[in-house]
Amino acid sequence: MANIKTLARREEKQLRFGWGHALCAGCGIPIVVRTVLNSIEGPVVVANATGCLEVATTLFPYTAWNVPWVHTAFENAAATISGVETAYRVLKKRGKIAKEIRFVAFGGDGGTYDIGLQALSGALERGHRFLYVCYDNEAYMNTGIQRSSATPLGAFATTEPPGKTSFGKHRHRKDLTQIVIGHHIPYVAQASISHWQDLSRKVERAIAKDGPSFINVMSTCFRGWRFEAKLTTEIARLAVESRFWPLYEVDEGEWRLNYLPEEPLDVRDWLKLQGRFAHLFRPEEKKEVIAQIQAEVDRQWEELLARCKVVPTV
Amino acid sequence: MAARVSERLQVLTGHQAVAEAMRQIEPDVVAAYPITPQSEIMHYFAEFVANGKVRTELITVESEHSAMSACIGAAVAGARTMTATASQGLALMIEMVYIASAMRCPIVMAIANRALSGPINIHCDHSDAMLGRDAGVAQLFAEDAQEAYDFMVMAPRIAEHEDVLLPVWVNLDGFTLTHTADVVELLEDELVREFVGEYRPKYPLLDVDHPTTQGPFALPEYYFELKRQQVDAINSVPRVLQEVQAEFARLSGREYQGFFEPYYLDDAEYAMVVMGSTAGTAKEAVDRLRERGERVGLLKLWLFRPFPREEVATALEGKEAVAVLDRAFSLGSYGPLFLEVSSALYESERRPRLYNYTYGLGGRDTTASQLEAVFRQIRDEHLSKEMHYINLRE
Repeated sequence: MANIKTLARREEKQLRFGWGHALCAGCGIPIVVRTVLNSIEGPVVVANATGCLEVATTLFPYTAWNVPWVHTAFENAAATISGVETAYRVLKKRGKIAKEIRFVAFGGDGGTYDIGLQALSGALERGHRFLYVCYDNEAYMNTGIQRSSATPLGAFATTEPPGKTSFGKHRHRKDLTQIVIGHHIPYVAQASISHWQDLSRKVERAIAKDGPSFINVMSTCFRGWRFEAKLTTEIARLAVESRFWPLYEVDEGEWRLNYLPEEPLDVRDWLKLQGRFAHLFRPEEKKEVIAQIQAEVDRQWEELLARCKVVPTV
Repeated sequence: MAARVSERLQVLTGHQAVAEAMRQIEPDVVAAYPITPQSEIMHYFAEFVANGKVRTELITVESEHSAMSACIGAAVAGARTMTATASQGLALMIEMVYIASAMRCPIVMAIANRALSGPINIHCDHSDAMLGRDAGVAQLFAEDAQEAYDFMVMAPRIAEHEDVLLPVWVNLDGFTLTHTADVVELLEDELVREFVGEYRPKYPLLDVDHPTTQGPFALPEYYFELKRQQVDAINSVPRVLQEVQAEFARLSGREYQGFFEPYYLDDAEYAMVVMGSTAGTAKEAVDRLRERGERVGLLKLWLFRPFPREEVATALEGKEAVAVLDRAFSLGSYGPLFLEVSSALYESERRPRLYNYTYGLGGRDTTASQLEAVFRQIRDEHLSKEMHYINLRE
């Protein structure tokens, strides 16, 4: 497993990503991208869905990418990479390419949970050898904090704002990781920018699979979630500690919980640090909504534990 | 030479003719999704793949949108890439067709022309082709299965020419051409392979030693200039097409000279402009009227995009009257083909009277007698300039 020194050495040696990108200071996405790319040895080709990552890294005539990179549209990163990967297999068979190349697609939750779900499902079912990484910041941040199907219950979103008759988003988030697991691909995991070693190890496992793999990474957005930029990884850590975002993997069908919070936090401790949930606490606490959020977190946690063959000890 | 090709005479449907061309070209990647009336092209091609007759990788995607997305991925990666679709499938992929053009992907696409919904209809018209009118793709229209085959063989050479690098559509009328059998003269496999040659992309994404960023974000400072490059690209098509046609004629003995086939056009007083299989019906109408000594003729357009303005104007100026037949609406205006022809003739001092006829929407039959009637109608100098409809109940 790559340790911090290995990752740092690779970053210095090859600098795959990061030349003057325009993502916000305090954005979670570059943490995802650098950890993913530095955890892969050898040549890698990247496809990107439209979104923050794409617009902030490829403003023509500049690029922040030092690996081959392709973007075509919003809803189709998985379809695009499946074309690239297929071309690679053919050209390799025909002796036109000698190198071993790995393929990674990046998309946000809008481009993955919503508009890109069909293309993702198709590419997973067809069995292309690629890793899809979703940087999940729980709303359409690039276009202005609109609700996505990854936005949690009760959160503020510009298209589902709290008001006199509304407490924000009315529905629980979609469980995309479980949807992907339903495709029975070799490797699926949930990770967080707060646990980079765990993410790095998951990338290594995923990329070694001779088939599709998927990692859903909690990537906080201080602009949309309304917290101080210095808390980027801390808020992500609290999502894990509160069991809102469990770290787990399904490796060749075996479910493993990767992290067991020692003393799980009340979900309230995570919510109250974020401005997007402020209306749940002021002027008076909306206890029913918070209770609903907690109940859903507990239900999903129990369900997950029941499925996991491997559970770490505290 | 003639003997070599005549052994290749076969009775084939349009589907088979297109699939045979694809087999002979043997692209690296094909990504496609089923839709009537395109599906059988892919059935035949899938059998070629399954039986090892081609080494192509077939990506059986979950939608046309993904078909085109995968095609773009494969094309930028450095693979020779093809697809086939029709109607709603083309409508679904059109977002990606614009992007394929802008990313300069030389993807060859067979379009089995079919009406657009609604109401849903599976039969032929050219509404689907018109979706690509402004997309930055070269568009050829075939009259019969032979032309569809020949255009498919020529298409990679046009698409992949370094001055072009754009998608090329080979349009063939759904059912009328796709599902009917015709005598088609195939070239020998080896000849086709030599003719299309190796695909050598300049900046393949898979060149990991020279990383490229493909499909970036361009703001007002650069967007306009990047789009302008597509203008030069598509304007190179006529020259490249003629070069390819000349080479193809040496190979096949079949002469395609220029952008349209003139049929008794030179001395015609009254002319008709039409694309696709209806040209065959129009030829029958011309023959009948010529037998009676009437000076009528036909301009059968092969190349719709880019539109060969000057050549069409030169061919039509001096005629008494011309009927332009559209098999698609541009609702709220004249038909798309009429708009092109009238715009092409605007500068001419000898421009003929022009009339627009819409025909054949949703697979409505058009007969030679109906087209004879059109030739009769346009003799009338007082004929309305409003849209006319062929074989429509009002």
